[in-house]
Amino acid sequence: MKIKKGIPIYDQHDKNGFYGGKFGGNFVAEGTLKPIQDLTKLFAKLRKDKKFLAKKEQLFKSYLGGETPFFKLKNLTKYLGGAQIWCKDVSSLKGSAHKGYHATINALICKMSGRKYLCGDTGAGMFGKNLAMAGKHLGLKVKIFMGTKDIARQSVNVKFMRDAGAEIVPVDSGSKTLVDAVSECMRYYVSNCETTHLAVGSAIGANIFSKICVYSTSQISIELKKQLIQQFGKIPKLKLINVIGGGSSALGFWNEFIDYDKKHVELIGVEAKYAAPLATNAKLSILHGAAQYCLTNKDGQISPTHSLSAGLDYPGSSPMHGFLKDAKRARFTFASDKEALQAFKLVTKLEAIRPSLEPCHAFAECIKIAPKLKKDQIIIVNNCGEASKDKKIFLKELGYYPS
Amino acid sequence: MNNLINKTFLKLKRENRPALVTYTVAGDPNKNQSLTLLKKISKHVDIVEWGFPHNCPTADGKEIQNSSYRALENGIKLNDIFNLVKKYKKDKNAKPLILMGYYQMVFNYGEEKFVNKCKQVGVDGLIIVDLIWPYNKKFASLCKKKSVCFVQLIAPTTTNQRMMRIIKDSHDMIYYISMLSTTGGKLKVTPKTILKNFNKIKKINKNKNIVVGFGITDKTISSLKKADGLVVGSALVKTITDSLNQRRDPLIAAEKIVKKLKSKII
Ligand SMILES: Cc1ncc(COP(=O)(O)O)c(C=O)c1O
Repeated sequence: MKIKKGIPIYDQHDKNGFYGGKFGGNFVAEGTLKPIQDLTKLFAKLRKDKKFLAKKEQLFKSYLGGETPFFKLKNLTKYLGGAQIWCKDVSSLKGSAHKGYHATINALICKMSGRKYLCGDTGAGMFGKNLAMAGKHLGLKVKIFMGTKDIARQSVNVKFMRDAGAEIVPVDSGSKTLVDAVSECMRYYVSNCETTHLAVGSAIGANIFSKICVYSTSQISIELKKQLIQQFGKIPKLKLINVIGGGSSALGFWNEFIDYDKKHVELIGVEAKYAAPLATNAKLSILHGAAQYCLTNKDGQISPTHSLSAGLDYPGSSPMHGFLKDAKRARFTFASDKEALQAFKLVTKLEAIRPSLEPCHAFAECIKIAPKLKKDQIIIVNNCGEASKDKKIFLKELGYYPS
Repeated sequence: MNNLINKTFLKLKRENRPALVTYTVAGDPNKNQSLTLLKKISKHVDIVEWGFPHNCPTADGKEIQNSSYRALENGIKLNDIFNLVKKYKKDKNAKPLILMGYYQMVFNYGEEKFVNKCKQVGVDGLIIVDLIWPYNKKFASLCKKKSVCFVQLIAPTTTNQRMMRIIKDSHDMIYYISMLSTTGGKLKVTPKTILKNFNKIKKINKNKNIVVGFGITDKTISSLKKADGLVVGSALVKTITDSLNQRRDPLIAAEKIVKKLKSKII
């Protein structure tokens, strides 16, 4: 399996929507195909449309808050005594996570397609919150599908969504978490696809949905590339560590660096231990409209997962990550709940950043490997989410929450 | 294609009535009862669809979801379903049987192995909800080789050009989805509109048998008699759920509603 040079990761698919001839595709209900094809055409047009691009620029800048900072975690570097550890602090966005990018772009596409209704799924509530806010900003009616287990554990974000005027549809079937929220949202789309724009919360779903997602989150690596040149005068030897739920933040963090040799820019994805289809060599399966590595049982049923982190509690993975794995461009590993909690403890003791449970998994891997590396090595961790949504969980698990 | 589905439609044409097609979930409420129920309703039904349950059914409404989850909780596996089909096909009332489900189950089992197994146990047709044209070309030809009818789907949003291509690649039976909805939704379009679309498909190739499904209940079925066949799924599955909840025999309730449905279209 080979990656084509000079083409963004999200455009590497064939005419049927498959990456590497194997991942992705469009396994959807017949009724949704026409709206999906219309959206595909619209998006292809918008990407070249000056008005759309100007609006995107403006929203990213004045609405989301512009370029997110890139800085060295000096104390953590010193404490671990190995590689230099840097942070791309995406959590500083309005909406506290990278989900702001694809939520905003989806709301903009919805608006430009002449639709008033927007629906989306959420696990940790980060996508839901950002979609609710972007919808409000652009005058759209937003419906968010969320598992009842996640509604309980991410209540802070639920409040955000409600305050932004979104309707929350509680999903009580199956796992009561993200996988069933996505299913329920897709069902809603099946019935309402002529009037409603579907925004999928990660780099998953039928081809066009994952494509729009990563096109949007790629803003992270566009900025980072510039910041690296400013800081080092070149792209130094790097390890880019990112957590993976569905994979939207990692793909956005990596997109601009895919063409570099892996000895130059190494890509490391970190899943949650009991929701790690990429790291544990799960079988190629069909979930939510796309072929991907996904945890299943022998008969093909989707397996239950566990993670303390609602954003990672998902059995599947982006088709684009399957592609990067088979092309041997990225390496995938996992961290346990406990390792993520320990990472939170250490990082927040030494540094001013407050990573949510999801990026704590990336920090856990960083903490594992940094001490073994030389001081001229550079690790960058994408701090893709802010912790306040997880305050309750940290208080319960650690007995405190840093100020 | 030499297939029982085709023969059934020919026979019904002579009788000048549409096929009554039912959908129930294999393994619900449990393996044996689902088979007994299928045999029991077969006396009144022309073609049976049997769902092979998947735990991530993105095109199904609450009724079929619940039925699928019940079947899975009671341990149904694909191989059990194949065994049950084999038993069913030996019954004196057995009708043409179509297995229906999601592509993940087929993909996981292996496409070729799945079709061979279908042939071996006597499955007459297949509906794979999320394997739409043109992505189903390879699989449909695998089915054709084994004389298993691969049922193509057409929806209200299917464009004319696409419709023609789908029909060209279709086997003996085509499924027209009456409205944009998951299964179990209330009929939100008029029978007139549905029949208009039905006729549009029919005009492209009058030799294809077009069944209409989604939103069909004992209230709506008689208004759609002009179709070649009518599929009742959620309404029947709901009857099973309701009688289980009321601790009554689902077999009796299911037979009763099927008889009633039949009486409205003959
Ligand atoms: C902060 C944060 N990071 C990561 C994730 C995981 O999703 P993805 O892998 O698509 O970035 C989530 C999901 O909700 C999240 O909120």
